[in-house]
Amino acid sequence: MDYFQQFLFGIYPYVAATIFLLGSLIRFDREQYTWKSDSSQLLRRGQLRWGSNLFHIGILFLFFGHAAGLLTPHHIYEGLGLSIAAKQLLAMVSGGIAGLLCLAGVVLLLQRRLGDPRIRKTSKPMDIFILLWILVTLLLGLTSIAFSAQHLEGSEMLALSAWAQHIVTFRAGAAAYLANVPLIYKVHLFFGMTLFLLFPFSRLVHIWSGFASLGYLGRAYQVVRQKG
Amino acid sequence: MSHFLDRLMFFRKNQSEFSNGHGVVTHEDRSWEDGYRGRWQQDKIVRSTHGVNCTGSCSWKIYVKNGLITWETQQTDYPRTRPDLPNHEPRGCPRGASYSWYVYSAQRLKYPLVRGRLMELWREARQTLGPVDAWAAISQDADKARKYKAVRGQGGMVRATWDEVSEIIAAANVYTIKTYGPDRVAGFSPIPAMSMVSYAAGSRYLSLIGGVCLSFYDWYCDLPPSSPQVWGEQTDVPESADWYNSTYLLVWGSNVPQTRTPDAHFYTEVRYKGTKTVAISADFGEMVKFGDLWLAPKQGTDAALAMAMGHVVLSEFHNRNKSAYFDGYCRQYTDMPMLVMLKEHDGKLASDRFLRASDLAGNLGQDNNPDWKTLVYDENTGYLVAPNGSIGFRWGQAGAWNLEMRDGYSGQEVKPQLSLLGSHDEIAEVAFPYFGGSDHPELSSRRVPVKLIQAAGQTVKVATVYDLMLANYGVNRGLGGEQAAPDYDADVPYTPAWAEKHTSVRRADIITVAREFADNADKTHGKSMVILGAGLNHWYHNDMIYRGIMNLLMMCGCVGQSGGGWAHYVGQEKLRPQPGWTALAFALDWHRPPRQMNGTSFFYNHTSQWRHEKVGVSELLSPKADQAAAEQSLIDFNVRAERMGWLPSAPQLETNPLEVVRAAEAAGVDPVKFAVDEIKNGNLKFSCDDPDNPKNFPRNLFVWRSNLLGSSGKGHEYFLKYLLGTQNAVMGPDLGESGQAKPAEVIWRDKAAQGKLDLLVTLDFRMSTTCLYSDIVLPSATWYEKDDLNTSDMHPFIHPLGEAVQPLWQSKTDWEIYKTIAKKFSELAGTHLGTRKDLVLTPLLHDTPSELGQPLAVKDWKHGECDPVPGKTLPNMTVVAREYGETYNKFTALGPLMAKIGNGGKGITWNTESEVKQLADLNGVVQAQGAARGQPKIDSAIDAAEVILMLAPETNGQVAVKSWAALSKITGRDHTHLALPREDDKIRFRDIVAQPRKIISSPTWSGLESEHVSYNAGYTNVHELIPWRTLTGRQQFYQDHRWMLDFGEELCVYKPPIDTRTIKPMLGKHANGHHELVLNWITPHQKWGIHSTYTDNLRMLTLSRGGPHVWVSEAEAQEAGIRDNDWVEVFNVNGTLTARAVVSQRVPRGMCLMYHAQEKIVNVPGAETSGFRGGIHNSVTRTVTKPTHMIGGYAQLAYGFNYYGTVGSNRDEYVIVRKMKTVDWMEGPLTPEREAHPNPAWMNK
Repeated sequence: MDYFQQFLFGIYPYVAATIFLLGSLIRFDREQYTWKSDSSQLLRRGQLRWGSNLFHIGILFLFFGHAAGLLTPHHIYEGLGLSIAAKQLLAMVSGGIAGLLCLAGVVLLLQRRLGDPRIRKTSKPMDIFILLWILVTLLLGLTSIAFSAQHLEGSEMLALSAWAQHIVTFRAGAAAYLANVPLIYKVHLFFGMTLFLLFPFSRLVHIWSGFASLGYLGRAYQVVRQKG
Repeated sequence: MSHFLDRLMFFRKNQSEFSNGHGVVTHEDRSWEDGYRGRWQQDKIVRSTHGVNCTGSCSWKIYVKNGLITWETQQTDYPRTRPDLPNHEPRGCPRGASYSWYVYSAQRLKYPLVRGRLMELWREARQTLGPVDAWAAISQDADKARKYKAVRGQGGMVRATWDEVSEIIAAANVYTIKTYGPDRVAGFSPIPAMSMVSYAAGSRYLSLIGGVCLSFYDWYCDLPPSSPQVWGEQTDVPESADWYNSTYLLVWGSNVPQTRTPDAHFYTEVRYKGTKTVAISADFGEMVKFGDLWLAPKQGTDAALAMAMGHVVLSEFHNRNKSAYFDGYCRQYTDMPMLVMLKEHDGKLASDRFLRASDLAGNLGQDNNPDWKTLVYDENTGYLVAPNGSIGFRWGQAGAWNLEMRDGYSGQEVKPQLSLLGSHDEIAEVAFPYFGGSDHPELSSRRVPVKLIQAAGQTVKVATVYDLMLANYGVNRGLGGEQAAPDYDADVPYTPAWAEKHTSVRRADIITVAREFADNADKTHGKSMVILGAGLNHWYHNDMIYRGIMNLLMMCGCVGQSGGGWAHYVGQEKLRPQPGWTALAFALDWHRPPRQMNGTSFFYNHTSQWRHEKVGVSELLSPKADQAAAEQSLIDFNVRAERMGWLPSAPQLETNPLEVVRAAEAAGVDPVKFAVDEIKNGNLKFSCDDPDNPKNFPRNLFVWRSNLLGSSGKGHEYFLKYLLGTQNAVMGPDLGESGQAKPAEVIWRDKAAQGKLDLLVTLDFRMSTTCLYSDIVLPSATWYEKDDLNTSDMHPFIHPLGEAVQPLWQSKTDWEIYKTIAKKFSELAGTHLGTRKDLVLTPLLHDTPSELGQPLAVKDWKHGECDPVPGKTLPNMTVVAREYGETYNKFTALGPLMAKIGNGGKGITWNTESEVKQLADLNGVVQAQGAARGQPKIDSAIDAAEVILMLAPETNGQVAVKSWAALSKITGRDHTHLALPREDDKIRFRDIVAQPRKIISSPTWSGLESEHVSYNAGYTNVHELIPWRTLTGRQQFYQDHRWMLDFGEELCVYKPPIDTRTIKPMLGKHANGHHELVLNWITPHQKWGIHSTYTDNLRMLTLSRGGPHVWVSEAEAQEAGIRDNDWVEVFNVNGTLTARAVVSQRVPRGMCLMYHAQEKIVNVPGAETSGFRGGIHNSVTRTVTKPTHMIGGYAQLAYGFNYYGTVGSNRDEYVIVRKMKTVDWMEGPLTPEREAHPNPAWMNK
């Protein structure tokens, strides 16, 4: 295993995660007024209802799907009576559907962002770039389903989970698990990790607030803040 | 410490609960709230206002934050006036609130700009030539001149430095003065009240060099000539608070909520007191919503309505059931009892001029000015007497110019007799002209009681104005005769039934309103009021509409009574400290007199609109007139008026006035005598005789605080064609091309002069339409970047414009800009001109002894009817020495004439030495060598403001007392009690920065600034017995000048709109397949702008249609296939414009309404008929002048700057409205082909 592999899948994940977390923290502390979703709904509502909803439904499912699928130890599934093969099939089908929903959404959003002259003019370069990045990551992920279909027994899925679990639990040798997975997964992984790296520099920071807004569900109706 | 860490308080966050856990008290970081607090925090607040042509004059708070102007809010600290009145505050409207948008917008002018081609020529010429020679080489070379003139308005401006632009301007001025004369340098700026120092900057510069200031009030057609005619008063109106004192209010042709927004609350509030309000307007304007009743006369027929109301009032309150109040009022304060001679005309008896003391044997004991003293019968004795107060008493004697009811000879009390009925010698058939159409004969014969007297050796029939008026109104007095109306239902001029036919207002409504109006006035002693405005005044025969309404007010004793009278609100802005300002503005401290010109005649002449005149004098003349006058053109009357000294001239003489004096001195003759002789023998000609001669062109024009070409320029396309010589959409032939009769008094040249102006310089803070057409554009400070003064007639306060931030980018205040130009001018002029003597011509001015210039008859020296005598039959002539090299030094110091000659206004003068001394102490004195050494400094704009405030009676109590004392000498009555309580008040600039200040009463104005009454026009005439400044000294129902008689306006009559003949040559000739509507062109004031200002402001564009728009009625829109928001073209022979259509129920059939002055710089596509980009609302207008407005040297009918003169009316115009087939945005650069075709392509065939 060459150093490049080792860097990309053993070290780069930590680099991306650090920039993701530290970057978010710094931006939250220093640039409060930039902490927003930068919605362009005021400029044009067309396509937004379909585009935004499809995109968000799709990507939220993908996010939680990836998190659960990769990070849950497989013996827990087995304990629940889900075989590895069945789990992979579940992941491929549900992820595929969510991926297609998300793809439809992102294409609509991209078309709107580039096609509407007012939105195009008011877009920052990062707004367009991050959408394109998500699109590529998504396409790679969808393409990988075809490769997964060739290994329905789930061995590659296990390798990928092992890698992910090693990474988040700070265990050495994580990169080695990816030595034999097809290139498509590796490229998808790279794009996915980089999305986290780009996160603090983009409008994606609103995701933090989105999750934080769940707090509203359990909040008292009236909140009185003390002075000072 | 950290936003993130501060939130990590899961365990300490919730302190307690309440409401069973539905509420929670938290302890958490709250620093994020500071963001919201900071949003509305600022570093400082500066008091300023919007120096726009609006009478709002609202004081605003300007907020500055981090060195930037951020926003503005309304000030609320006006002093309270009287306890029974609602507050004045807050004053303001959305337009003013959007002003800060301009400051940093793309519209903002940031640097001096020069037309690129001119700049190329200039830099090339300056390689080898000095500035003055360089200007000569460019402007006098036909090819070079055309190169930059022909692309005016086509873009191509380049940035320049202040040094370079001021050098070009100074060189052009010096060259023009040297070659053609100083009166070829003119300047246009309106409404000094909106920013007095800024106006004064340009006018002071022009006045010092001998240039000409052009008037605006008349040009805007906001001046009601009826006011000088009837009252001898430019325009004086009540403050808006006085509406609240009224108990019956007509709002007539004035859209108060829209155009007087900060004052409109008084109109709504007074209704809560029970006052009845009646709105009168052809369209459903915003003010109609507040009316208890809405009368909707067909547009332009308002005079018919007013006449019918007058018919009712005279019938019911003067003829039957006499009102004691009206009777007493009319005897003392109006010309009703004055005697008028009747003369035969074609076998019919017609009213002529007033009987004068000079007509009687021994002048009735009046040795002083017997020609100017009018007569009444004294009811007590039956004798003829010349009562006090007529204008003959004003000049040459003292103590009897007042409205006491006394015989001017004996001082005995008299009771002027209103009607001769009962004491008459006979009942005569008198012919009255009728102009209302073919429904009645052009002469109505009516019976009038008359007396026979011996005058000038003949037996003459005389009648009172009262008797003539009742006859003219068709009131049935039981004297019989065919044309007296038996009742209101008879179709006889001017009964309600007759008016119903002409106006479409129900006769019952006319009778009700007239009756209630008069009944209220009778019971309250005059608290009936009429608010009236542009909807009436912008018509050609506006004076008839206005006089119809004024007559109503006068016959009901409303004028000069609190809560009563006329409230004329259009363009009537009031420069309260006028006498202080005049001295500064026209450099009266250095040279007298200044050159001033009436704008309408100037533009009518120099934009060659006269070459397209289609209105014949014969259409206007009275059937009683000498029909020889019908042979003349309108411009002929103007030319005669100029040479008889009635109207001013600019340029004045064909020969450079500097050269006239030089030639006289070389010949060893007094220059005035020399000039008169030369004029007499024909060697010296008036410029007005030959407007197309290059010697008579205006050469340089300054425009500041104005958007002449984007707003007020009636006949916009004629400006472009003739004055500027650039692309234009004039689509009709001139008189030569159409083979019509030519004027008699001017030289006709078949080839019309084009591109008369060598240099057009505009100062503005934004890129207006005028800037686009200018050769040089100078960036001026915005209203938040300069110190200045602001007043209005709508409230009694004076308050400032204030410098919130220093002028941004390279902009400068108007004061500093003209200082810069003056400095460069002085450098160049010192060597090129030196000290020169200038012959200045001034007309016979109102409020000077010259107003008694030409009594009894009109005599034209050129036709050998009299000798040319300056100040009598010829303009006054004065030699003024100008040290041109000292211009800058004079500009920045108060000259010696204020202490030497004194100051004054309205014919009153007072000593001003002590004020000059105080100014020297306040501003310091000039130490440098030169003409200004030792004189008080006027360096900064605040220095200039202090000069105004110190010299004006309205802002300096001691001066106020002096001025009232001066008037007391003339009237023989003590008026000083009006100012004595405030004698020690001195309002300084820093005072008004702290808070708006109440003005002090002064004789400049006819109302009082008092703790007891609201300001009301004519109040001191009625309550202090100060005469009106008219021939009779009273309010005049009757006008007896020969030209008034010739045009049938001796008494008020109904005259329908004139026919401007602009449709026929175009209708159906340029078809695009869509139906063409022919509609009356109505151009009222804006909702989303104050004239053109704000119409290009993003905020206002967002609130409106985002570009030019016109309103059409639903029915007609349907006929023409126009749907709301469609693009339409509006055109006639004068030009064309493009706009979106607003299809609305607001507008009645027959009318196309366009809010005036929508800039042609935003969203204007190409027009199909011209092939050029669409124009402005004035692209389809052409001004038509009216001879009666040219009268001069005749008491109240004497010229005054912005006081009397021709007016630029525009509502009689018709247009063709048609849906556009193709909307072409005409993007693309200027090409040689386009440049080669300045006229619509089809015209070249």
